Amino acid sequence: MEDNLDSKTKNTWCPGCSNFGILQAIKNAILILEKKGISRERFVLTTGIGCHAKIVDYLNINTFYGLHGRAIPLAEGIKIANPNLKVLVCAGDGDAYDEGISHLIHAAKRNIDITVLIHNNRNFALTTGQFSATSPQGFIGRSSPEGNLEPAFNPLELMIASGATFVARGYAANVNHLTNLIIQAVLHKGFSFIDALQPCFIWFNTFETYNQRVYELEENDLLSKEKAIQRILEWDYNDGKKIPIGVFYKIEKPTFDKEASKGLSKIADFGPQIKEILAKKS
Amino acid sequence: MKNEFSVLIGGAAGEGTRMTGQLIGKILNHFGWRIFVYEDYQSLITGGHNFSIIHASKEIISAPKKEIDYLIALNQDTILKHKKDLKEDGLIIYNSDQIKKEKGIGIPALSITNQFSGKPIMKNSALFGALAKVLGIDWQAVEDLLKREFGEKAEINLKIARAGYEQSKTFQKIEKLHQTPLSLLTGNEAVALGALKAGLDVYLSYPMTPATPILHFLAGVRKDFKNVIVFQPENEIGVINIGLGSAYAGKRIMVGTSGGGFALMVEGLSLAAQSETPIVIVESQRPAPATGIPTYTAQGDLLFVLSAGHGDFKRFIVAPGDAQEAFYLTGLAMNIAWKYQMPAIVLLDKEISEDTFNFDEKIVDKIKIEEPIFWDKKGEYERYLDTKEGISPLAFPGEKGIVVKSTSYEHDEFGITTEEEEKIQKMQEKRLRKYENFKNEIETLEGIKVFGNKNSDKAIIVFGSNKGVGIEVGKELNLKVIQILIFQPFPEEEVKRALSGVKKLISVETNATAQLAQVLRAHDVKVNDSILKYTGRPFFVEELKEKLIKKI
Repeated sequence: MEDNLDSKTKNTWCPGCSNFGILQAIKNAILILEKKGISRERFVLTTGIGCHAKIVDYLNINTFYGLHGRAIPLAEGIKIANPNLKVLVCAGDGDAYDEGISHLIHAAKRNIDITVLIHNNRNFALTTGQFSATSPQGFIGRSSPEGNLEPAFNPLELMIASGATFVARGYAANVNHLTNLIIQAVLHKGFSFIDALQPCFIWFNTFETYNQRVYELEENDLLSKEKAIQRILEWDYNDGKKIPIGVFYKIEKPTFDKEASKGLSKIADFGPQIKEILAKKS
Repeated sequence: MKNEFSVLIGGAAGEGTRMTGQLIGKILNHFGWRIFVYEDYQSLITGGHNFSIIHASKEIISAPKKEIDYLIALNQDTILKHKKDLKEDGLIIYNSDQIKKEKGIGIPALSITNQFSGKPIMKNSALFGALAKVLGIDWQAVEDLLKREFGEKAEINLKIARAGYEQSKTFQKIEKLHQTPLSLLTGNEAVALGALKAGLDVYLSYPMTPATPILHFLAGVRKDFKNVIVFQPENEIGVINIGLGSAYAGKRIMVGTSGGGFALMVEGLSLAAQSETPIVIVESQRPAPATGIPTYTAQGDLLFVLSAGHGDFKRFIVAPGDAQEAFYLTGLAMNIAWKYQMPAIVLLDKEISEDTFNFDEKIVDKIKIEEPIFWDKKGEYERYLDTKEGISPLAFPGEKGIVVKSTSYEHDEFGITTEEEEKIQKMQEKRLRKYENFKNEIETLEGIKVFGNKNSDKAIIVFGSNKGVGIEVGKELNLKVIQILIFQPFPEEEVKRALSGVKKLISVETNATAQLAQVLRAHDVKVNDSILKYTGRPFFVEELKEKLIKKI
């Protein structure tokens, strides 16, 4: 197997797209995690549909390229089927915060041991620049030429409320920082969530803004929900305040996949048990 | 004694009539009688009017009949609604504490229950005891059954049943038939068992009547036998996508719902076809459009399941007509889904799902786990390898040294997205070749069954729960009766062979637009007429007979 994780596919992201940063961070993280003893075949990546999702074609690892909005349930299915796998989801903001938001909330709620990484470019890019759930109010796009009427919502706040046990924000242009977040998220036992700010040079160029405002969180108390929310509310995805990146919250709770397969022992031929059941039903 | 008789037990929801209906079925079953139980209940938790009709016969009959021999009433409503259906020589057994005086056997069920400090629901036991006495059943048989069914809770029920038994009198002693009792199973339970026999690993479902009891039943199996994962996700879209994820990782999965839930799953159905991921979908029909009538029956989703999903693809569709067929066809659907890496749909209706049928355990051994075609572990793995048969060998993520790429996009053999004309055509043709082989195999299976007078030039054609009523009426009117079991691929040749010599063909369907006739006509089968019912209730034998006499 190739050492560099690259597939032979030609990359069709726009030149200079910040998705390249996320791709690099994932590759770095997998290579480091391999050295920590997680062999390559144990990684599975699922994606939704959008610019982000092309990443499956660029990575030479197990992948399931799903439907728009449905990358998370695919990943949950994989995890309950084989808890030994490390399941990573790459989804877009349109995917996870618009089309498939119910899955995001419930995956966090049940604390299933998967990692969800959002390529948050804060617009629908592959469909040519419409507003998404994290576009700021007033966003000018092709479906909102007079400005988006809805304010953005704060996905990190939602994740805390939903029961996620690992909540972080990264920045696609800070590859080393993002690599480190991904490693922590994959090693976290439970539902881990990273919102990766991902400037889109074509439809919503936030590159300069982020470079000015993004700062790395200091080491802090990750067990306190109150403090996590305080830090999360520093930036609400609408206004121009400072933007903290890093881990906001990290706690341990029982995971759904463990609980769902507790005591499970597959019976190869269920015939005798069926006859036992039938005997009671007469 | 007669060759058949029936008992109707009715009361408000929450009064426990359904449970008692099952007990009546079981005790008659022990006397060698063949049993069919029709359930009629409303979409509410307490109040309203629910009833069960327990039909006992010397030979298997799987159809409801209007006329009843014994009417057991927990409340006044039951008398009002059903007394008209009581045969001339029929008998009413009623709760005299809560029902005005009637001709028949009045049992003060509430007083008896209170006397033994029982819960109100235990009134049923008094009436059950009274019925046992009416049928001349030995007390010992009643005691044995209640002990077996209620375990530790049997004590009070036994006292209450005994009092009901003693205050009743024997009307007609039930004959002990010299045939082995069969099991009693609903179609939903049979679907669950068929899937388990074919290796079910994960069952996923969002509650929706009438498929919900499959979820409950399998949750019980999970608890007792620890061999299956049962998961109730946030919605049906979650259900099918979680299912496809599990199947991609190598687990045999089934999902269950009704028409509305299936509508939500349809994008996922198309994903199953494109990604070539095996899945079994149980669709138990109820009256629609939209929410429709949740707890009643219909066959209005036939055309929907045949055509659901965007794009060109095939699926395997089976439509069982009783619990036995539900077991076998679900097992078959699981094996076919895996062999051909495609979606399979088990089409039920509320009567198949929730009515109780006799079930002969001999069928259990006819379903075995059939292994799909696995990768031979040689060379580089390609998930969508273009083979002669169109079936690409399977491998699952986690296998050392390989990469498994599944996708919703059109793709190359490795699973990488493609927009190249040549590759697009090649992949579409690979899947079409797979469908061709699948069709050839299905042609060797029993796609239809023929009952009744096979030489008659008049025939009726049915599917699903109209099988039972069709057979009964066919017998009485000397007709040929054809039942469709497989809808896709459609057993066109078999149907045409069965129709040779038939001059008049009538479809009998529980829908408003004769969907079965539409399917038949699309396959160049001439259908002369249709008898349709769309009130949410199934055809009763007397009713269908009357309607058919006018048509033939």
